Amino acid sequence: MSVVTVQLGQCGNQIGQEMFSTIHDDSVGAGQKMYKECSEERFFRVNAAGALVARAVLVDMEPKVISRAIAKASKSGHWTYGDKAHFCQKQGSGNNWANGYCVHGPRHRDAVEDLVRREAERCDRLAGIFAIMSVAGGTGSGVGTYVTQCLRDMYPQSFILNHLTWPYATGEVIVQNYNSVLTLSRLYHLSDALVVHENDTVHKICSQLMNIKNISISDINRVIAHQLGSILQPAVTTDSAPHYCRNALGDLLSSLVCHPEYKLLSLCSIPQMSQTSLAYSAYTWPGLLKHLRQMLIANARMEEGIDWKVCVPLSGEESTANRQMCFNRSLSNLLILRGKDASSADTGGFKDASLYVPWLPPGGTFNTWNSPVPFNGYEKSATLVSNSQSLLKPLDNIVRKAWNMFASRAYIHQYTKFGISEENFLDSFAMLEQIISSYTHL
Amino acid sequence: MTQSVVVQVGQCGNQVGCRFWDLALREHAHVNKKGIYDEALGSFFRNVDPRCEEGSGTPRIAGLRARAVLVDMEEGVLNEVRQGPLRQLFSTTQLISDVSGSGNNWAVGHHTYGSMYREQIVDQIRRAAEHCDCLQTFFLIHSMGGGTGSGLGTCVLKLLEEEFPEVCRLVTAVYPSSEDDVITSPYNSVLAMRELTEHAHCVFPIENQSLVDIVSQIQHMAHTGKPSAVIKKDCTIISGQGGMSKTQKPFDSMNNIVANLLLNITSSARFEGSLNMDLNEIAMNLVPFPRLHYLVSSLTPLYTLADVNVPTRRLDQMFTDAFSKEFQLMKADPRHSLYLSCALMLRGNVQVSDLRRNIERLRPTLSFVPWNAEGWKVSLCSVPPVGHTHSLLALANNTCVASAFTKLRDRFIKLYRKKAHLHHYMCVEGMETADFSEALHSLSALIDEYSQLHTHTHTHQAPRLNIAT
Ligand SMILES: Nc1nc2c(ncn2[C@@H]2O[C@H](COP(=O)(O)OP(=O)(O)OP(=O)(O)O)[C@@H](O)[C@H]2O)c(=O)[nH]1
Ligand SMILES: Nc1nc2c(ncn2[C@@H]2O[C@H](COP(=O)(O)OP(=O)(O)OP(=O)(O)O)[C@@H](O)[C@H]2O)c(=O)[nH]1
Ligand SMILES: [Mg+2]
Ligand SMILES: [Mg+2]
Repeated sequence: MSVVTVQLGQCGNQIGQEMFSTIHDDSVGAGQKMYKECSEERFFRVNAAGALVARAVLVDMEPKVISRAIAKASKSGHWTYGDKAHFCQKQGSGNNWANGYCVHGPRHRDAVEDLVRREAERCDRLAGIFAIMSVAGGTGSGVGTYVTQCLRDMYPQSFILNHLTWPYATGEVIVQNYNSVLTLSRLYHLSDALVVHENDTVHKICSQLMNIKNISISDINRVIAHQLGSILQPAVTTDSAPHYCRNALGDLLSSLVCHPEYKLLSLCSIPQMSQTSLAYSAYTWPGLLKHLRQMLIANARMEEGIDWKVCVPLSGEESTANRQMCFNRSLSNLLILRGKDASSADTGGFKDASLYVPWLPPGGTFNTWNSPVPFNGYEKSATLVSNSQSLLKPLDNIVRKAWNMFASRAYIHQYTKFGISEENFLDSFAMLEQIISSYTHL
Repeated sequence: MTQSVVVQVGQCGNQVGCRFWDLALREHAHVNKKGIYDEALGSFFRNVDPRCEEGSGTPRIAGLRARAVLVDMEEGVLNEVRQGPLRQLFSTTQLISDVSGSGNNWAVGHHTYGSMYREQIVDQIRRAAEHCDCLQTFFLIHSMGGGTGSGLGTCVLKLLEEEFPEVCRLVTAVYPSSEDDVITSPYNSVLAMRELTEHAHCVFPIENQSLVDIVSQIQHMAHTGKPSAVIKKDCTIISGQGGMSKTQKPFDSMNNIVANLLLNITSSARFEGSLNMDLNEIAMNLVPFPRLHYLVSSLTPLYTLADVNVPTRRLDQMFTDAFSKEFQLMKADPRHSLYLSCALMLRGNVQVSDLRRNIERLRPTLSFVPWNAEGWKVSLCSVPPVGHTHSLLALANNTCVASAFTKLRDRFIKLYRKKAHLHHYMCVEGMETADFSEALHSLSALIDEYSQLHTHTHTHQAPRLNIAT
């Protein structure tokens, strides 16, 4: 089964390009036929000339980013983007969600739908759609939301997973919090799940784990691509054993999203380090999983600086005490292990019922996938996809800052100009406060 | 990619404009070595077959024409353009001139020439616009102190708004220094400001005194160059070396700074980078309320040392400088006033980590309005300016403009109280007595709007929306 990826805006196109490159290099480097075939079927097609073509549609409202992504892919010499798989215009959405959602989206709806339909028709079986975008700009966020809505109508039965990049909290687009609020509030009901990377977290991984001195956007995107690859590359699930699971998106979503009110997914991977230190490091599964479990409960996205004092509360303990302890409660977790002996690693630590909300049946909260093939140069690696409170704080910060700005009505004229009214903003705020409240009271 | 059309009005506007065209050519020649007419070049230039003035249709550069309209009501400067090294950039119809000038009288420029030349100017602008496949921005360049630039220039601004409401209007306005030799410059500036406040999307105010000071600062650096810090001759911001004009005219060094400002504002829209900033993002990010659209700019580094390695300290110095008083293109001190928003536009060898480190380092030393405490817009363009490895342009929407505008208002009031020279204005057809008081009122209101932001700095956070649980 195959996944059609839709890359939207500068961020979506840069991350998408990096992701295909990581996936391609990993499946070729693995030297394992089944794994390679399964990965290629999922993400690539073979064109008339016998070359690998990414199952991707590239969308941006300005031409520079897409032409660079296409050029970079061709330069790899191993894979390309489809000849007519991109759509761009001459000028971007100017960081204005309303411009993207109300103007560019509807105006180019047919063209974008056609591209996606064509790509979907080239799949023997469509596992779902993976849309990559940022929430801070205008195109990825605004056009991205609009396109997701169209795809939801076109493919009511298919899985749609959105990958969202959240901006640096210290600011990189001034209206980033407005654009984020408008995007998140609408996507929440359109998408099956939202996988989130925060630029701040990834930046820290680059500096503290990868030891990169001058961190570029590409460095950041490589870390994101690594984490995405580790969840999207072939793996064996409980139901699919001993074969690789074919429906990656479907299984991911059914393991993690058990209730429509909760669909924010965060990722953490272990180990992550520079190529040079990788050569000198050896890991055991129990060691990796012990760290990863503590990262989960202490809500650390990195193995550096984990708070080991945080522990799982005994059942019946005061909930305020839990909150003080910064214990991160989960709805569900998916653990993906790749490398030698992955299938025999003991994952018992993640099954502890007190990690989870009491109202879900214990059988459905935790799943493990594995693959004996080492991923992306790591002899052993583990990635945890978590539907938990871990994104609550950054979400709350986004809403708080947007609300403060909204109270002064600053920048609102830029949105009303394109038809987004103050009431629309209020609806979005109300919707996100609801989500915040739901996750808070887990 | 999108295109921009430059409309340069009056002596100052045209002199600055010509420095811009010269440096823009130099920048593109440096980046685009193969002589191919590419999209980046297309943002400011057309490629024509010189024999027939029609689009050349070849991918190679045949004849470049500036996307520009040059207007002056005096012949002098435009005659120099007609005979100067840049003459081939403009076809004769792109130049619109009269003989006598506006005599430093805003009313003559705005009303008399405004109605006389309106049609001719609209025609030429429309023609330039028709040559674009996606016209995004008008850059209007003029001085505030004279008659033609400030008067006719702001008339052109209104006309752009009427004829091309969808196209972004960015104005580079050169303000007179307090010792300006034009006696009526406060009148002209205040009358023009009312139009800028009401009709421009963004204004980049430039004060001549700042340009003078920066030029002398650079010359001082160049002459006292320590042996360890040799300054490269061809890459200071004020040098026009490598351009087409060989002789240096009095205002050239100063005007090169303004030309560099325009190049840097547009670089991220013309060239690729890992975080692009299109021109329509400027107003979206920096202008929270439509009238408060005056952006103080600073360019760093002002000169480049011959040593090409960039130690972190020197890179960080670039960020520090961008916030210091000496580097602002206006006599104002943003660091000690309140920021509404701030853009950092980087070119060349600078990474996100440099950006984040410096934002975190500088943030505690600056005050922002409470509802925009993280009010940064950042961009990374991979192509550095000619002769530099990296550069930074900071654009600040900051209440410090109010103090500069207050000084201008004081100078206006001094003249106005005595009714000095008023009759020269009132005898111009179209001018009404109320124009002076309304212009003054508009400026005072603007100053108030900026000042009021200070009074709200201590407001508490807005109580969050309650939802039924
Ligand atoms: N991690 C990461 N973040 C990116 C990248 N490119 C942009 N961003 C982030 O995305 C946000 C800006 O949105 P963009 O994706 O550039 O905007 P866009 O979707 O192209 O929309 P417009 O340019 O406004 O039309 C900021 O938060 C950036 O930090 C990237 O390659 N990687
Ligand atoms: N920076 C700079 N300022 C200039 C230049 N030329 C004139 N000025 C300033 O502009 C103001 C005078 O305006 P001009 O542009 O000369 O006047 P004009 O628009 O041609 O109008 P009239 O001459 O009255 O028809 C004064 O403050 C000068 O100092 C220049 O080339 N560069
Ligand atoms: Mg963009
Ligand atoms: Mg003149």
